[in-house]
Amino acid sequence: MRRSSNMRFSRPYWAPFVAGGALGLTLLLTFYLTGHGLGASGAYTAATAALLETVAPGSAQNNSYLGSYITLGRSPLYSWIVFEMLGVIVGGFLGAVTGGRLKGQIERGPSIGRGSRLTLAFAGGLVMGFATRLARGCTSGQALSGGAAMALGSWAFMLAVFVGGFLAAPFVRSEWQ
Amino acid sequence: MSGPLEVQSVLSEGWRLVLGFIVGVLFGFFLERGGFGSARKLTGVFYLKDFAVPKVMLSAILVAMAGLLVLGRAGVLDLDLLAAMPTYIWPQLVGGLLLGIGFVVGGYCPGTSAVAAASGKWDALVFMAGLVTGIFSFAELFDRLESFYFSGDLGDVTLADWTGLPPAGIVFLLLLMAGAAFWLIGRIERRPRKDEGDLAEHTGRSDAVLGTGGAQS
Repeated sequence: MRRSSNMRFSRPYWAPFVAGGALGLTLLLTFYLTGHGLGASGAYTAATAALLETVAPGSAQNNSYLGSYITLGRSPLYSWIVFEMLGVIVGGFLGAVTGGRLKGQIERGPSIGRGSRLTLAFAGGLVMGFATRLARGCTSGQALSGGAAMALGSWAFMLAVFVGGFLAAPFVRSEWQ
Repeated sequence: MSGPLEVQSVLSEGWRLVLGFIVGVLFGFFLERGGFGSARKLTGVFYLKDFAVPKVMLSAILVAMAGLLVLGRAGVLDLDLLAAMPTYIWPQLVGGLLLGIGFVVGGYCPGTSAVAAASGKWDALVFMAGLVTGIFSFAELFDRLESFYFSGDLGDVTLADWTGLPPAGIVFLLLLMAGAAFWLIGRIERRPRKDEGDLAEHTGRSDAVLGTGGAQS
């Protein structure tokens, strides 16, 4: 009955500062190799452009925002950030397998149904997808990478993320707690 | 060899993508180990229940930031060749607010949802479908959003430029602030709670509530 019983046979997570340190070194390595940081939402944007081009050829290319993601004779998926995100999926899978946490489930608090949770997951994703384009990045590209590069806008973004989260949290408390 | 390698044209296109994949694997693995594949853990910070998010993020940023400074000083990495991070303050503030709302409602962010989906979370997969839909909506509305998207253009301004302090001073100040934040978090974590632990919280509720929602998904 209790959610924590899921975790009975799994390894504990790393201490936050250990995981944070490892992520920081990964980010530093990325800067050394490429001259830019890590990202995530850019890969979803490339995927959106690729999906649109498949469903309705020319529609992404003619779109004033997605057009820049389309290069002639090459899929928008053939890009650094898409390969990086494929790596994230593989790395996340390896982490879950070796940590004993690979398990099909719908993660939610004890007092919300599956349908409601999935609806809110979609709604939250929709708002966030829009937000990442407006902010020119997400928690990876703006907060982590821009934050490490000391960009003023990235730190303003990070503060705004926490403000938005705390403002909305009481309204969805029953989803999690 | 002095970096960044890609900008110095040391890397071929193929290697660039292979290395992208490899840093992605590390990124995803460490996110999972930090607990970032779990929506309840990620959103826990907004209920003052789990502080992995600020702890992991702040320590990652500070390690990378200090590392950049050290590599730059040592001549290993030419910091002038790093990609510019322009500040458009208004869309970044509004985007950040919306992203925070989407975070606590949806439970993930773009990177962590991929990790969660790879560990079997169906809600993360649905969240990812929402992301693509949200990006599509933005693209469709872009003509109307364009002027706001480019508003508040402050250029490639850093915290050092903005405050007039040297970069090392910024690192030092942020370390102090992070220290204060971690001290505060420690106080909150140690404070006695009436709902200490899941069991106490659950037994405080009626069986009817538990009966409908407590079942494993």
